[in-house]
Order: sequence, then structure tokens, then C-alpha cells
Amino acid sequence: MSTDALTFMIAVQGTVTIVTAYFFIKVLYSKKDKK
Amino acid sequence: MAKVKEGWGSRIGLILAMAGNAVGLGNFLRFPIQAVQNGGGAFIIPYLVSFLLMGIPLLWVEWAIGRYGGVRGNHSSPFIMDSMSKQRLWKYIGVFGIFTNLGILSYYTYIESWTLSYTFNSVLQTFNGLSSSEVSQVFNDYVGISSTSSGAGGLIINFPLLAIVAFVVTLTINVYVLSKGLSGGIEKVAKIAMPLLLIFGVFLAIMAFSIGDTGEPGCTTCNSMVGFNFLWKPNYDSLGNPKVWLAAAGQIFFTLSVGMGTILCYAAYVKKHEDIALNAMTAGWMNGFVEIVLGASIVIPIAVGYMGLDWVKENAGFMMAFKTMPYLFGKWGPVLASLAGVAWFGLLFIAGITSSLAMGTPWMGFVKDEFNWSRKKGAYTLGLLILVLALPTILFFQAGVFDEYDYWTGTVALVIFAVSEIILFGWVFGIDKGWNEITDGADIKIPKIYKPIIKWVTPLFLIIILITSLIKPLNGEIADWQTAVNQLFMHGSWPFASDSIIGQIFHVNQEVIWFKEGAPTVMFAKDMSRLLLLLTIVGLSYMVHIASNKRKLSQSKNPIS
Repeated sequence: MSTDALTFMIAVQGTVTIVTAYFFIKVLYSKKDKK
Repeated sequence: MAKVKEGWGSRIGLILAMAGNAVGLGNFLRFPIQAVQNGGGAFIIPYLVSFLLMGIPLLWVEWAIGRYGGVRGNHSSPFIMDSMSKQRLWKYIGVFGIFTNLGILSYYTYIESWTLSYTFNSVLQTFNGLSSSEVSQVFNDYVGISSTSSGAGGLIINFPLLAIVAFVVTLTINVYVLSKGLSGGIEKVAKIAMPLLLIFGVFLAIMAFSIGDTGEPGCTTCNSMVGFNFLWKPNYDSLGNPKVWLAAAGQIFFTLSVGMGTILCYAAYVKKHEDIALNAMTAGWMNGFVEIVLGASIVIPIAVGYMGLDWVKENAGFMMAFKTMPYLFGKWGPVLASLAGVAWFGLLFIAGITSSLAMGTPWMGFVKDEFNWSRKKGAYTLGLLILVLALPTILFFQAGVFDEYDYWTGTVALVIFAVSEIILFGWVFGIDKGWNEITDGADIKIPKIYKPIIKWVTPLFLIIILITSLIKPLNGEIADWQTAVNQLFMHGSWPFASDSIIGQIFHVNQEVIWFKEGAPTVMFAKDMSRLLLLLTIVGLSYMVHIASNKRKLSQSKNPIS
């Protein structure tokens, strides 16, 4: 796998993973979710 | 109007159900195949831009429309849309939000039943030791594909008994879960199914990464890393290619399940002032994670690993999941092949059922609100309707009825409905009121740039998709558009592509013959399936008309309510 392909894959997949996790954690710790 | 006691049990349940609605077969099959057909890495950048400019705004809009209608006691798209405007037209446009789901459910449940059947076949190790062509033949036999026609017209009737039984079983599972309601059925399934889907997906992605060079004789590109390299090598030239942009925008559309009415319906059970902004983002990005991280790491790298890049570029298609993957898993030995088969088809089944349950909800909400039908009655009638609508796709699978349904309900109707709802929200209801709806109770701060994006950019994006789909010339390349414009000015005609909407309606470049020597043709079967879909729209519109009259009558009797 070439370096630019690997870099691009890590950048895109990493960003998507971090943003998803961020939103999910925000929901879990939201005070509004009382149930 | 019936008092609706339906509702979500928890916020996580709602988000997982919404994510399950979006995560479907397309995440694992359509996305990687679209990427291959549009230059691999060339596809990713337009895809991400489309997600930011069209996907995210549409998610917020649909959640906001749904909650707005739900707070006013409406849980199906016709009357949710009706509550946003005084014009009577909108409730009939809202019919698309039920019709699309019924149409898609008809063939989607059939595919779902294949995945269920193939999961059991993987457990039973049916594919062990079979050659590539033999695995492909197993699928052809399963759906009843035959080489002998039943008459001079060339129309073949498929009667795959086992596939029909599996379809009925799958439909029954859907009906049963729907009859248990949102929190008692759909939410419970989502809470178990979504984590399981992630486990299966991660297992298969690790396998794809680990196979590397398979050393297939005579194949220099048989390496899963070649597949990853092809998918992720950035190609900035693609940014100037409208065909790639359209494909990317189309994929965003389908993957998020926008333009269907399901998000509206699920969001209609969110309470007043409860967050929708963060919920929509969490479900939307979860779908993105499944698609970009898992979807891109399974079918293409594994296929390239054993068949080579050229073979994949030439043969990449939806049916690879059934016709090729079991053979490739077979290369890992009987135990791992069985495990991978269960993970792959189990994953597809989960992705399928969480989406098909969502598609059943608009009908359930509609008949409960307007006709006071119980959950069971709503679920049983849905099952019956889907059985009637699905039979032509099963019996005339080879004639292309399946593809007709997919085109009209899974492509055209989606775009029409999405264009309508974004205009309703941003222009008829008004962007200021709309923005207040989206931000009401929001747990995140939404960038204000999205206000003009929702009013201008997203509708423009969607209108371009609709117009280009309507009048696409030849192969839809830039040169084809130039040729078409020249032809328009020189000869006053337009070379419609046969797969453009107008080309499809008028059977451009096709011979229209219904009967040959007294026997029905393939064209006859396709046109009859269109008629059936049209009758479904008419029938639903009539039900909306009756419901509307009932509401008027009820209001005249109780003007205060």
C-alpha cells in the first residue's frame, strides 16, 4: 500500500471514527438522557 | 384521531434505531462498488463534501420536520407535511413517504431473506469445496434463474420454492417485531443488532487486512493491500468530474436513508424540546463509520486479494455478495469459511432488518393515527401488502421486475420526496422557523453557516441531481452533455440515456412489444410492475383523502380540539 493511500485512509477513517465517538460519548454523558 | 401512546424507551435506543435505519446493505455493497466504479480514491473527496453539504442538512431537516409533526399528533409523512403548510397539496406529496417504503420493502425483504438463508447455509458449510462457478450457480438455482423461457415472448417465470419460504419467514419476523411497537420491538432489536453488526464488521475487516498477498497463481495483483490502495489513493483530478460528484451525492442520499420518510416517522416520536441536533449527528456519523471504516474494508479488499484488481474492476456488483464471497471465504479453510460466512451474511441480515423495520413504521404510524388500527392490525396488513407487492419481484426476477421496483421506488421517488421536503422546510415553512425547530433543545451548537446551506445549497444540490437524472444524455459524461446541447440547438432533439428518468418512462432505445405470438414479453412484465406501483400510489392517496375528510369531520364536531 502506497504512503499517500495509507495517509489518506488513516486521515479519513481516523476523523470519522473520532467524530462518531465524540458524538456518541456526548450523548452518553448528556444530562438530558434521564431514562 | 387515535391517541398515540407509542414512543421511544431511551435516547440510546432511538439513536441505535436511527443508525440501524441508515446502516443497510448499501453500506457494505453499494458504497465500495460505487467507489470502484468511480475511480477508487477519486470517489472519497466528493463523497465527504456531499455528506457535509447535503447529508447533514437533510438529516437535521428530516428530524426537525418529524418532531414538529409528532408534537402535533402526526406520525406519518402526509399529515406531518400537512401540518407545516396550509396548502392541501403537501399531504399528497407526503404520500411518497409511505409509498417509497412499501415499494422498497417489497424487494428489500427479498434480499434480506437471501442473507438469512445464506447465513444458515454458511453454518451448514454448503459452499465448502465448491468452485467459483458452482457457488455462482447455487445463487442462480436459489432465486430460480432458468435458461429456458416459457413462451415466444421470452418471459420466464421463476418459482424458487425455498427462496419463497425464506422470504415468508423473513417477512413474518419483520411483522412480528413491528407488532411489538417502537420500544418493545424495534428498539430492542436495534440494541442487540447494532453492536453485533459492529463485531461482525470488525472481524471481517481484520481478516481483509490480514490476508495480504494470497499468491494466487498467475495473478500479480492478488493482494488485499492492492484493494486498499486502489480505494484510498487520493486522486484530485476527480474533483472536476461531474459524473463522480453525482455518484458520490447519490451514495450519500441512499446511505443516510434520507428522502424516504422513515426518519420523519421515527423523529415524530421525539418529545417537544428534546434534542434532535446531536441525535441526528450521532446516528448519521455512526452510519458514516460503518460505511467508510467497515464497508470499505471488507468486500473489495478480500475480492482483490483472491481475484485481482482487474477482475474486481470488471465484475464489481451487488451480486458479488452472494455469487463470489462464499467462494472467497472457502479459501480460508472450512471452519474459518463457515465463521466468515456467518459474520458476512449475518452482518448483511442485521443491516437489512434494522432498515426494513424502519420502512414498516410509516405505514404503522399512518394507519394508527388516521384509522385507529392496533399495532397488530397495522403490522398484519403491512405484511399482506408487502407479500402482494413482492411476489412479482420474486416470480419475475429474471425479467427485471426487481430492478424496476428498485429504480422507481429506491431511486426516483427518493429524490422527488427529498426535493419536496427541503423546499417545504426552507421556503414554504420558512428557514427562520425551520432553524428554530432544528436548534430547539439542541445539545450541540450548530454552525450558523448551515442556515444558508439548508436554504440554498442543499436544494440546489438536490435539484441538480433530479434534473440530471431526468434528462441524462448518453452516458452522462461531460462530453455527452456537450453533444446533447449541440444536438438540441442543431436538431431540436435531446439524446436521452435509456437509464434517465425520461428515457425509462418512454423506453428510449428499447423495443416496446407486450406480446409476441400471443405470449407476454419481458417488457409486458416490467410495464405491469410499473402499473402496480402506480396503483399503490393512487390507493395510498385515496386513503389520505379519506383520512383528511375524517379529520375535517372530527374538527367540525369538536372545533376546540
